[in-house]
Amino acid sequence: MAETLQLRIAGPDALILYLGDSMDAQTNVAVQAAAAAIEARLGDELVDIVPSYASVLIIYDPLRAGHVSVARRVRAALAGLDTAAHAAGALVTLPVYYAAESGADLEALAARAGLSPDEVIALHSGREYRVYAIGFAPGFAYLGEVDARIAAPRLATPRAKVPRGAVAIAGRQTAVYPAPSPGGWNLLGLCPRRMFDPQAQPCMPVAVGDRVRFEPVDRDTFLELGGELP
Amino acid sequence: MHVEQGGVLSLLQDQGRRGMHRLGLTSGGPLDPLAFHYCNRLLCNAPGASAIEMSIGGLQLRAGVDTWICLAGADMPLLIDGEEHDTWTAHPLTAGARVEVGFARDGCRAYLGVAGGFDIAPSFGSSATVVREGVGGLHGGALRAGDSLPCAARSRGRRLYLPPEQRPRYGRRATVRVVPGYQQRHFNRIEQRRFFGAPYSVSDQSDRMGYRLEGPAVDCELHGVLSEGICHGAVQIPPDGQPIVLLNDRQTIGGYPKIGAALALDTALLAQLPAGSTVHFAPVSAGTARRALQLAQRFALQKTLREH
Repeated sequence: MAETLQLRIAGPDALILYLGDSMDAQTNVAVQAAAAAIEARLGDELVDIVPSYASVLIIYDPLRAGHVSVARRVRAALAGLDTAAHAAGALVTLPVYYAAESGADLEALAARAGLSPDEVIALHSGREYRVYAIGFAPGFAYLGEVDARIAAPRLATPRAKVPRGAVAIAGRQTAVYPAPSPGGWNLLGLCPRRMFDPQAQPCMPVAVGDRVRFEPVDRDTFLELGGELP
Repeated sequence: MHVEQGGVLSLLQDQGRRGMHRLGLTSGGPLDPLAFHYCNRLLCNAPGASAIEMSIGGLQLRAGVDTWICLAGADMPLLIDGEEHDTWTAHPLTAGARVEVGFARDGCRAYLGVAGGFDIAPSFGSSATVVREGVGGLHGGALRAGDSLPCAARSRGRRLYLPPEQRPRYGRRATVRVVPGYQQRHFNRIEQRRFFGAPYSVSDQSDRMGYRLEGPAVDCELHGVLSEGICHGAVQIPPDGQPIVLLNDRQTIGGYPKIGAALALDTALLAQLPAGSTVHFAPVSAGTARRALQLAQRFALQKTLREH
């Protein structure tokens, strides 16, 4: 791992650590471990931290420390990194109502892949995903990777409004939209669970490193669980 | 304080959120921290007390208690019961008084504070309003008619002001210093020279997420990167080559290449520029950026106030 590790300046108050350049679980486990070690080492000089697929953005207080001193401590924190604790987080099961009325792109995606909608659903719900990163919007968890057969490019023209709870695919990533927003991902269904609720404790059902499995539910169950059709 | 008209975009802000990027929450906070700082300093408030950030202007309030107010930042006419009052100055306000803020004659963002600050329950550690996330402020959105902003009654105070010759003039041009970073080495020398040499114009598509600039396209040998964290001031170059300076309400993660990040001291001035203004980018080292910040801490934020 050491040879792929690169620490670079991002800006006047930020360094970015690259632990690889691909979306894979091993790199992401190292990202989680590195983020935890850096947080512990920098304490309250750390303003914020953004772990992502293969990188960790480290935002520090430049009035308290310069980039040379922060970089030195980041390198020290990475020596003897313990990745074991970050290999696999909790398993979270998210119910999904997969249907044409809840997932506008389900049929088109199936046709494109030469599969039936049921086969797409079976493939999407048939494996565990890792939460690689959280960002873009509050509670937006990037999950990977979907089966190559149902990977799909972003829509040429993004939708002006994707409903809250939309379960979607872009490339080999999948996600649940935590709030209504514009979006270009392919919609397969709706999840009735709130992915971000400022009033709840915790405010998100998943954390980075967790494992997620989607469980198909029928329309009635979806509505019973509090789901709303757009 | 009762809101009678929200104006163009009026948002409660404090110093912003910290340590919440892991949830996908952005930082928020004042686009012009210097003007925000003086708004609170002139009112003898704690440095991060909640105030209203007004873009362009148009806010109208009615005081429910005796208090003091101050408007700092863009030059917006401040009318108390119909009479124009000086900006960058603390003024007493009696219960029932009507406060009207006109439209900016210079700059775009101004801060309106009250003695003691607005008393807003923090969400995720801060009162900063981020409309895109629906988080912060009174209800996660911009101020609108009918909102009531809690604040304590305060009749005693000092008529402090920042001497007029010390007040910033924003104008229609700025030089924004950028610390090269991120994918900087994937922009060849010609592209870097273009970026740091050419004038850019502020697009009307600019907002609290980012300032979009229009000018000579900058080409990066990468068209996308694996999504990664975005720091404040990051200068993102999408495939059309038109730079975007990402600001307080930026998304926390993104996949466009970035040439570096701008100094917060300069994004404060950038955010004061109206559409069509001219911007030049200048490269500086991280060490120089840090010294500039230390100097600002000692001088720009510590100007001597006077009292009427």
